[in-house]
Amino acid sequence: MASKTTETAHGAAEAAHGGGSAMPQLDFSTFSNQIFWLVVTLVVIYLILSRVALPRIAAVLAERQGTITNDLAAAEDLKAKAVEAEKAYNKALADARAEAQRIAAETRAEIQAGLDEAIAKADAEIAEKTAESEKAIAEIKAGALESVAVVAKDTAAEIVTALGGKADADGVAAAVTEQMKG
Amino acid sequence: MEGDLAHIGAGLAAIGSGAAAIGVGNVAGNFLAGALRNPSAAASQTATLFIGIAFAEALGIFSFLVALLLMFAV
Amino acid sequence: MGKIFFYVVLAVVMVSGLLFAPEHAGLAIHPMDQFVVSSMFGDHVGMFSITNATVWLALAVLSTFALLVLGSSRRAIVPGRAQSVAELTYGFIYKMVEDVAGKDAVKFFPYIMTLFIFILMSNSLALIPMSFSPTSHIAVTAILAALVFITVTVVGFVKNGVGFLGLFWVSSAPLPLRPILAIIEVISYFVRPVSHSIRLAGNIMAGHAVLKVFAGFAGALGLFSFFPIFAITAVYALEVLVAFIQAYVFTILTCVYLKDALHPSH
Repeated sequence: MASKTTETAHGAAEAAHGGGSAMPQLDFSTFSNQIFWLVVTLVVIYLILSRVALPRIAAVLAERQGTITNDLAAAEDLKAKAVEAEKAYNKALADARAEAQRIAAETRAEIQAGLDEAIAKADAEIAEKTAESEKAIAEIKAGALESVAVVAKDTAAEIVTALGGKADADGVAAAVTEQMKG
Repeated sequence: MEGDLAHIGAGLAAIGSGAAAIGVGNVAGNFLAGALRNPSAAASQTATLFIGIAFAEALGIFSFLVALLLMFAV
Repeated sequence: MGKIFFYVVLAVVMVSGLLFAPEHAGLAIHPMDQFVVSSMFGDHVGMFSITNATVWLALAVLSTFALLVLGSSRRAIVPGRAQSVAELTYGFIYKMVEDVAGKDAVKFFPYIMTLFIFILMSNSLALIPMSFSPTSHIAVTAILAALVFITVTVVGFVKNGVGFLGLFWVSSAPLPLRPILAIIEVISYFVRPVSHSIRLAGNIMAGHAVLKVFAGFAGALGLFSFFPIFAITAVYALEVLVAFIQAYVFTILTCVYLKDALHPSH
């Protein structure tokens, strides 16, 4: 085989090999062999690819695409859920705040009402006491005025007597009453 | 003597490889110039670049083939 | 001080390189030997004999199976390494078909994927040292290109009927120019499979021949062989790129041709 190779490489082989070219590519005696095996190779590769490899890779790629799409959809879903949860949380928070305010307002109103009532009561008591006191004062005043009139009459009669006059009880009383009015 | 002439012919045919080199350089150079002007369009045109290079190179390969034929087949 | 030491070492290396260069340092480079199709059993290469081409084609099938079937067998939602590569390849070609050839070309996706994965696998496997590269052979790439050409032409006529010929009649051009353009279009249409196949085969063949030539230099230069070895490293990196790019270009051109067949209007 080695000697044949060498011969083919040198042009000298041409006569020995019946016109075989020095360029192996132009050695037509090998063409049928090459073409036959090439066609076999191509058919085998085509069958491998179209029956097994390509459908499988396409399926894997499609599956991956599907998985990615599903995962993205799931992520989108979860995100929506999270947004919803946040909304619910915010709503609950707002509700609680409103409730707290309501309770505070109620309590305040209650306290205010109690307070008002107490104040009103106290006011009434105070007013009553004031009225009573005023009445008492008025009584005392009246009493006092009366006493003043009696004392003034007595005093006037005494003074008149002391001055040597004769005390007329009715005249003194009228004069005193006249003086006290003025 | 005939073989000697064939070898000279083969050498002359090999000049064609240099011509193909000029052609390929032209294609690649113009592509680069265009790509630098508009880099965003360059990526979509690489296939065209390779087709152009292949066409330019094929003719150089023809001359190489002629040289080989003169060397070994004549 | 270090500099002087460096120069001394360099001088010693160079002199010893000159002194100890192999006596038989003739350039024995046979860059095309790696492309020879030879039978694995026996000497004769018949139509059905197992050759090195057969072996590497079978390896391409096995690596396709390993990547796309075994790699994706776990059907993981979060993919591992092999499954990631399989899915990336799938998505890459699917998007290419959809973008370049249009939505209605998606039913050709397995066919285009077959072409891409086969070319990619055999290009990559061919980068293993001492391997055989099926895609460097005109016979192989011509069949691939012819398959594309026939498919495209048949699909074009089935989908559009006679309207497919509108592809050659450039209605946007001025009327007197149209026959000339039609001739040019027809020629370019029939040159497509030629350039399609020779581009792939030529690129792979050229890359591997260059690697072999540098390897021959390395064998001839004795101690100085590290220069060509550096060059081989660089060219090898380029070839890895080329292996992918040629598969990509072949596939995307198939998509472009398919688009012409499905939507022939200019």
